[in-house]
Amino acid sequence: MLTFLNQPFPEAWRIPLRGWTNDGVDWLIATYGDVFRGITDTMLLLLVRVERGLAAMPWWLVVLLVAALVWHASGRRIWPAVTLSGLLVLVGTFGLWSEMMTTLAIMLIATLFTIVIGIPIGIAMARSDLVKTLLRPLLDGMQTMPSFVYLVPVVMFFGLGNVAAIIATFIYAVPPIIRLTDLGLRLVDTEVLEAAHAFGASERQTLIWVRLPLALPTIMAGVNQTIMMALAMVVLASMIGARGLGQEVLRGLQRGDVGLGLEAGLAIVFVAIVMDRITAGYSRRWDPTAKER
Amino acid sequence: MTNPDSGTAPGGAKLHIEVENLFKVFGPDPQSVVPLLQEGVSKDDILARTGHTVGLRDISLNVERGETFVVMGLSGSGKSTLVRCLNRLIEPTTGTVRLDGEDILALGPRGLRDMRRHTMSMVFQRFGLLPHRTVLTNVTFGLRVQGVGLEERRERASAWIERVGLAGYEHALPSELSGGMQQRVGLARALCTDPEVLLMDEAFSALDPLIRREMQGALVRLQEELSKTIVFITHDLDEALRLGDRVAILKDGFLVQVGTPVEIVTRPADDYVRAFVEDVDRSRVLRARDALEFAAPHATARIDDARGRIDANATLGEALAVIADGGGPVAVVGRNDRVLGVLDGTTALRAVTERPEVANS
Repeated sequence: MLTFLNQPFPEAWRIPLRGWTNDGVDWLIATYGDVFRGITDTMLLLLVRVERGLAAMPWWLVVLLVAALVWHASGRRIWPAVTLSGLLVLVGTFGLWSEMMTTLAIMLIATLFTIVIGIPIGIAMARSDLVKTLLRPLLDGMQTMPSFVYLVPVVMFFGLGNVAAIIATFIYAVPPIIRLTDLGLRLVDTEVLEAAHAFGASERQTLIWVRLPLALPTIMAGVNQTIMMALAMVVLASMIGARGLGQEVLRGLQRGDVGLGLEAGLAIVFVAIVMDRITAGYSRRWDPTAKER
Repeated sequence: MTNPDSGTAPGGAKLHIEVENLFKVFGPDPQSVVPLLQEGVSKDDILARTGHTVGLRDISLNVERGETFVVMGLSGSGKSTLVRCLNRLIEPTTGTVRLDGEDILALGPRGLRDMRRHTMSMVFQRFGLLPHRTVLTNVTFGLRVQGVGLEERRERASAWIERVGLAGYEHALPSELSGGMQQRVGLARALCTDPEVLLMDEAFSALDPLIRREMQGALVRLQEELSKTIVFITHDLDEALRLGDRVAILKDGFLVQVGTPVEIVTRPADDYVRAFVEDVDRSRVLRARDALEFAAPHATARIDDARGRIDANATLGEALAVIADGGGPVAVVGRNDRVLGVLDGTTALRAVTERPEVANS
C-alpha cells in the first residue's frame, strides 16, 4: 500500500485521448473531406459576395449608411451619428479602408451564423432543463478553451483563410448569444405567460407573440456581446489566414512597425465602438418595459 | 340579455362548474401524499414528513350559471391555486372539475386549448398585458389565438374597449395607462372572446382603494347586463361581500364555509370566519329583508304603523335612513308590492349591531 502511495502517477492509468483525437481528426478528414470542402466553398462564395458588395459601395455611402443606422438606433439623435461615422472616416485617413471592409464582411457573416444557429439553440435551452444541463459545460468549454487549440483543427478541416477564420470566430463568439437567448426567454414575466396560456395560445404562438418579443432586448444584448467577442478574434483569426485589419496588426508586429500596429488596432477599436453603439441602441429601443419609444 | 352565449349551453343546467374532492399537492411525488391527506394529517406535518406542500385539500363546491362566486382567503390559503385548477394552469393532483357536466381534467391538450379559447377566460392581478402591444392588440389577443381575421378582431375589440370605458386609448401602450385603466384592458381582453366563464384572480387587488371601488362598480354593472359565470378571487372580505352572490372562504387549503354574504356575516361557520366578519359594516351587507329576522319574539310593529316603504333588497343602511327620516317603522316591500313585514328602528339597530355566533359549535 505504502509503496503504491509513494509511486508517481501510475503510467497504466494513462488514457490515450491524444491518440484518439488525432485518429478521429484524420478519419473525419479522410471520410468527410468532401463535405468540409463543400461547406468551405459555399461560405467562401457568400463571403466573396458580401465583400464585393461592400467594396463596390463608395466610401461615403458606407459612412452615410452607418450614420443613418446609429441615428435610428440611438433614438434619432444627431450627435452620436456624426461622431461614430466620423470614426469610420478616420480609419479611411489611416489608409485602411479596404481592410476595414474585409474585416466587416468577415464579422457580418460570422455574426449572421451565430445568430442563425445560436438563437434556436438558446430557445431549445430555455424550453428544456435537460438541454441546458447538457449544453452548459460545452458552452463553458467553448469560452475558456484557449483559441489556439481549435485554430489548428479548424485549419485542417477548412483550410487556411477567411472561412477558417469565420468558423473559429463562430466557436468563440456563439456562447453569449445562446446564453442570453436562454436567459431572456426564462426571464419573461410569468403572469404574461400565464395570460397567454389562459387564452389557449399554443406553445408556438406563445413563443412568437410573447416570449421572443419580450426577450428581444436580452437577445440583442447577446448579439452585442457576440459582435464584441468576434472583434476580439480578428487578430487571432488573421494568424490562420484571415485578411483585413487583423492582418495589418500582425504585419505591424512582425516588422516591428509599431505605428502600423497602432493604426490597425485603433481601426478595430473604432469598428467595435460603432457596432456596440448600434446593437446596444436597438437593445434599449426594443425594450418593451421602457417608457419612451 | 345582450349576450347570446350565456345561458344557452347544453341543457341550460343551473350548475355550471362542479368541483369534487379536489386535492393539490406541490412536490416531487404528490400522489404519495394524498392518502395522508385523506387521513387528515395536517399541512405542517406533511411538509415536515414528506417535504410536500399542500395547496388544496378536499375541495368540493358548485358554481351556478350566471352567478358571481367569490373565493376569499388570505395569502397561502390556496385561492389562486383553486382558480388555476379550473382552467388547468395548475394541474390538480386528484379530484374532478366539471364544466357543464364535462370533466375538464380528462381533456387532451387540444380540448384544453379549445376550452380556454372559447369558454373560459381570465383576468390577472398584475394584468398580464403584453407591454410591447397597444391596447387594441392586447384586447384582440384571445381572438388572434383563435385565428379570427384582422377586421373582425378589430371590430369586436373596439366594441369592448368602448364598453369598459377606454375609447380613445386604442393605440396607447399599457405603460402609458394607470393601473385601473390597465385592468380595464385586462377585462376587455377577457370578455372579447365572449366566454361563458370569467376567472378573476385578485383582479382589483393591485389597485388603489378608490379605483378598486370604481372597478367593482364597473364589474357589477357589466355583470347585470352579461350574466357571465364569474369566479372571483380576493383576499378582501369587503370586496367579497360586495361582489359575491355567494362567497367561499378558504383557509390553509381547506374550504371553511360557502354561503351568501348574509349567511357568512350572520352565521359564520367557525371562529376563523367570525373573526373575519366581526368588523364588517353589516348595514351594507344585510338587506332590509334580512333585518326582519332580527325582530324581537313578540314584535309589536304592525303594517298600520309603517310611515314609509322600502324595497326588500335595499341595504339595511338605506332602510335605517328611511326610518330616521320618517320617524317610525317602514314597510318592507318585496316583489309585486307584497309587504314582507314591518321594520322598526330597534330591530334594524339590532340587526346592525348583533355579534354573530358561530353556526355549528
